[in-house]
Amino acid sequence: MNSRDDTLARIRKNRPAGDHPLPDIPDFEPLVGDDLVAEFGERLKRMGGRIAAPAPGEDPFSAVRERLDDSAVIASAVPEIAGNRDLSRVALPADLADVDVAVVRAVFGVAETGSVLFTQDELKVNAVAYLAQHLVVLLDPADILVNIQAAYRRPDFGRAAYAVLHTGPSATADIEGVLIHGAQGVRSLTVILLPRA
Amino acid sequence: MRIGLFVPCYVDAFEPEVGIATLELLERFGLDVAYPFDQTCCGQPMTNTGCHAEAAATEALFVRNFAPFDYIVAPSGSCVHQVREHLTAIPQTDEVKDVRAKTFELVEFLHDVLKVDAFPWAEFPHKVGYHSNCNALRGIHHARPSELNKPAYSKPLDLLSKVKGIEIVTPARPDECCGFGGTFSVFEPAVSAKMGYDKVSDHSRAGAEYVVSSDSSCMMHQKGCAARIGVPLKFIHIARILNGVSA
Amino acid sequence: MSAHEESGPRDRMIHPDVAKAGDESERGQDGRRLDHAEATTRPIGAEPKAKAVREAQPRGAKIRGNRPIDQAEAAERFLAAPLHQKAHDERLWDLRKKRDTAAFGIPEWEELRDLASQIKAHTLSNLDRYLEEFEANAKANGVHVHWAADGAEHNRIVHGILKDHGAKSLIKSKSMLTEECGFRHYMAGTGIEVIETDLGERIQQLDNEEPSHVVVPAVHKTRFDVAAVFAKTMGTDPENDDAHYLAESQRMHTRPLILEADAGMTGCNFAIAETGTVVTCTNEGNADLSGNVPKLQIHSIGIEKLIPRIEHLGVFLRLLARSALGSPITQYTSHFRAPREGSEMHYVLVDNGRSERLGMEEFWTSLKCIRCGACMNTCPVYRRSGGLSYGATYSGPIGLIIDPTFNKRKYSTLPFSSTMNGSCTNVCPVKINIHEQIFAWRKVLAEEHQIPLLKQGMMKAAGQVLSRPATYRAAIGAADSALRALPRFAVYNPLNTWGKGREMPDSPRQSFHSWYKQNRMDKKPETDA
Repeated sequence: MNSRDDTLARIRKNRPAGDHPLPDIPDFEPLVGDDLVAEFGERLKRMGGRIAAPAPGEDPFSAVRERLDDSAVIASAVPEIAGNRDLSRVALPADLADVDVAVVRAVFGVAETGSVLFTQDELKVNAVAYLAQHLVVLLDPADILVNIQAAYRRPDFGRAAYAVLHTGPSATADIEGVLIHGAQGVRSLTVILLPRA
Repeated sequence: MRIGLFVPCYVDAFEPEVGIATLELLERFGLDVAYPFDQTCCGQPMTNTGCHAEAAATEALFVRNFAPFDYIVAPSGSCVHQVREHLTAIPQTDEVKDVRAKTFELVEFLHDVLKVDAFPWAEFPHKVGYHSNCNALRGIHHARPSELNKPAYSKPLDLLSKVKGIEIVTPARPDECCGFGGTFSVFEPAVSAKMGYDKVSDHSRAGAEYVVSSDSSCMMHQKGCAARIGVPLKFIHIARILNGVSA
Repeated sequence: MSAHEESGPRDRMIHPDVAKAGDESERGQDGRRLDHAEATTRPIGAEPKAKAVREAQPRGAKIRGNRPIDQAEAAERFLAAPLHQKAHDERLWDLRKKRDTAAFGIPEWEELRDLASQIKAHTLSNLDRYLEEFEANAKANGVHVHWAADGAEHNRIVHGILKDHGAKSLIKSKSMLTEECGFRHYMAGTGIEVIETDLGERIQQLDNEEPSHVVVPAVHKTRFDVAAVFAKTMGTDPENDDAHYLAESQRMHTRPLILEADAGMTGCNFAIAETGTVVTCTNEGNADLSGNVPKLQIHSIGIEKLIPRIEHLGVFLRLLARSALGSPITQYTSHFRAPREGSEMHYVLVDNGRSERLGMEEFWTSLKCIRCGACMNTCPVYRRSGGLSYGATYSGPIGLIIDPTFNKRKYSTLPFSSTMNGSCTNVCPVKINIHEQIFAWRKVLAEEHQIPLLKQGMMKAAGQVLSRPATYRAAIGAADSALRALPRFAVYNPLNTWGKGREMPDSPRQSFHSWYKQNRMDKKPETDA
C-alpha cells in the first residue's frame, strides 16, 4: 500500500453517515443594475482600480498617456499599442522585471466585482501581469458579464492552462490595516473601455 | 395552566428580587405559579465544563422537580438553553423530553406563549441598553443576531417597547459577548474581565443609565466589572421592569 | 525614503512613483477612501510614538513539548500590552463589520451559506471519488500528482522534487497547510532557502513566529514591531515605522529573490475535480508570482479542498472574500490547471489526519472550513488574546475544534478558551456549527480525562452538592451569606479568580428560597413542595 491508496482507503472507511446530495445552484438575481459598464466601473474603483472610457476618435490611451510617456519599458500584448518589449521573445519570465507598463486585453469583465479575466493567451507571458509596475487593461464594454456566477459558466476556466481574475491592483494591508497598492505585483491597474478591433 | 417557577442558583442567591418579580409578573396574568422547593440547578456548570456524567444527578433532580407542570418558566435564557439543548446526561425518557420541551425563558414565555400586548403597570423613564445573553440570543433565538442576513426581530425589545417612558440605546457592538461564559469567567479570568470592561464601557458610551438583561449571570459579571473600572452603570433584570419596578 | 537613495542593482526595481502617504492606495479614482483587501475602514493602529511609550510585542503561548497549552496565561500577557490588544481588537472587529456590510449586500447570503455547506458535505462524503477524478484530470493536464499521508511525507516529497531539480531557493505564497506540516522548519535543515512572499507571512518568517491569523498573519503586530523586525533582518531604518516605507522595503528586498528563485510554491483555496484545477485567492499577486516566474511550480493541497465543479466557484468565491475581508472578491483569483510551456507543475495532496477526522461523527464537518478567518474576527476571546496565545497552527474558534484532532493532549485546553457565544457559527460561510463542536470537544476531553484533575474534581463536587437539595441548602448556609452562596466552582479556588478582575456581588438579605418560604409557604402551606 502507498499513501495514495492508504488515504483513499481511510476515506472509504470513514465516510460520514447520511445522505448528502449535491444541490442544484439556482440562478441568482444579479446584484447589479442594467448598466453593466457603470456598475463594473464603480466596483472596480472600490477595489482600487481605475477606469477610463475614451470618447470615439480620442486617443484611447489618453488616461494613461503621461504614465506611458514616462515609461522606459512598455510591454504590449495588444495590437492597439506598440510597446518596446516583445513578449513573444522573452526567454525567462524574470526578464520582464524592468517593465514599467504592461498592456493586455481582458477576455471579459465582471460587473458584480469589477474583475477582468486573463488567460495565458492574453498575457503571452503570465508573469508580465505581476512583474510590471503598472497594468493597463483593454476591455470591450460588450464583454462585461453580470456576475461571478455568469463568469464561471464560461468555458475559459476549463480550457486555459492558467486563468486569472484581476480585481484592481496588487494590494496589502498587512501592516496595521494600512492599504498599500503594489505589495508584490502591479502598483496600479487601469481598465480602458475599448471595443475589440 | 400550572407553571413551575425555576429560579436559577445565581438569582436565588444574589438577586432574589428577580425571582420575586418573575413570580409576581406571572401571577398578574392569572397563572397558577408554584416554586418546587427542592430545586437547585440546571446542571450547566458541569455540562459546560464537559463533565456530563457529573451533571446527571442534578439533571434528574430537575426533571423530578418540574415534571408535574404544564410549563416551566425561568428568568434566564442561559439555564433554559441548557435544559432545552443540553440536558442529555440522563436517559431521554418521554418524561425527560417532555420537561425539556416545556421549559421556557420568561421573555419568550411572555412573548410567544402568553402573547402579552401590554404591561399597563410598567413605567421606566430611563435610557437603557439591552444586553443579550448569548444563549438567549443564539441558542433560544430571542432576537436576530447581528451576524445573520435575516429579518430583524427582538422579543425582549418588543416587550420593553410596551413599557412607558423607556428609551433604548444601542451600543456599538450590540451583541458582543460580555465574557461571563459560565465557568469561563473563573478559568480564563483575564480575558473574561477584559470583555466585561469593554462591554460596560460600550453601554456607557451609548448613553445607557441602566443595562437590562434577561440573564442575571451576565449582569453579575458586568456589574463587578463596571464597579472595578468605575463605569457608573446600573443593572436591572427585565423581569423587574416588566413587573413595574419603580427606579 | 531611504530606499530611494540606495544605489546598486536593486535600484532598477524601484519605481519612481513609489507609494507615498496620500497616494492612489488610499483614495480611489473618485476620491473616496478605499478599504478593499484587508484594509481598515478608518485608521486603526498603535498611537504615534510621540504619544505612546513603545510597548514590547507580547509573544505567544509557551510551548513545552506535549504539555497542554496554557492559552489563558498567554492571553493575560497579550492583555498586559494594551496598545497591541486595542489595535488588534479594533482591527479585527472592523473586519467583522466589513463582513457584515458585504454579507448584508447580498439578499441570498444565507442561501449561499446553505449551498456552500451542502456542496462541502456532498464532496466530503464522496471524497474518494472526487480525489480520483481530480487526480486523473490533473495527470491528463500534464501535472505530476503526489500523495502525502502526513506533514512529514509532504515535506519529504517537496524536498525531493526540489532536489531533483537542483533548486537552491523556493518562493512561496501563504499556505496554512504548509504551516501545519512544519514545512519551513523542516526545510531549514536542507540548505534550500524558503522565502515567504506574502507581506504578513514574510514578517512572521523574518521574526521567526508562526502566523497568528489565517488571513492576516501579522495582525498582532504594530507597525513599530514590523519596523524593528525589518531593521534587524533587512537593514531598514529602525526609526521609520511608516507602513508604506516598510511595505516598499519588503517589496524591494523580496523581488530579486522572486526573480532568482528556482521554484515556486502555493497553497490551495479550492481544487476542482472536474478540471484538475487549483484555485488560489490572494491580494498581493504573490501566488501568481510563485506559479508563473520560476520554472518549477508546486501546489500543496489539503484533500478537503476539493469541490466538484468550476460552477461551484460561483458559490464559494462570493462567500470567501466577503466573509474574510468584506470585499466582493480578492484582488487575484488564480486558476492553475496545466504547466506553462517549458515548466513543470506538481500537486501534493496531503491527508495529515483529515481522513481520520472524516470518521469523527461530531467533528467531520470542520473539514468544510475554507479558511476565511471570519470566526476569528468575530471571536471576542480571540480578539483579546491574539492568535499566538493558542500555541497551535490554527487559532480562534476553528482552531479550538481542529487542533485537538492533531494532538488531544497538547491542545486539550483550547476548547475551554471560549465563552461558546456562537457568533463564530453564525459568520461561518460554510455553516460549521463551531460553538457546538467546542461544546462537544469539552465532553470528549472530560471523558478521556484530558482536563485538569482539579477542574474535574470541582465539577464532581458541584454535581454532588447540586443534586442533593438539603446538602445544597446547607452548603449555601442558613444565613445566606453571599460569599458562601457562590456556587462552589466560583469560590473553590485558592486564587479567587472571580475577585481578581471584578468586584464581588452584593449580598442580599435573604435568598429567593427563604423569601418564598417566609412569604408564600407559611401562608400557603399546601403549595407544591
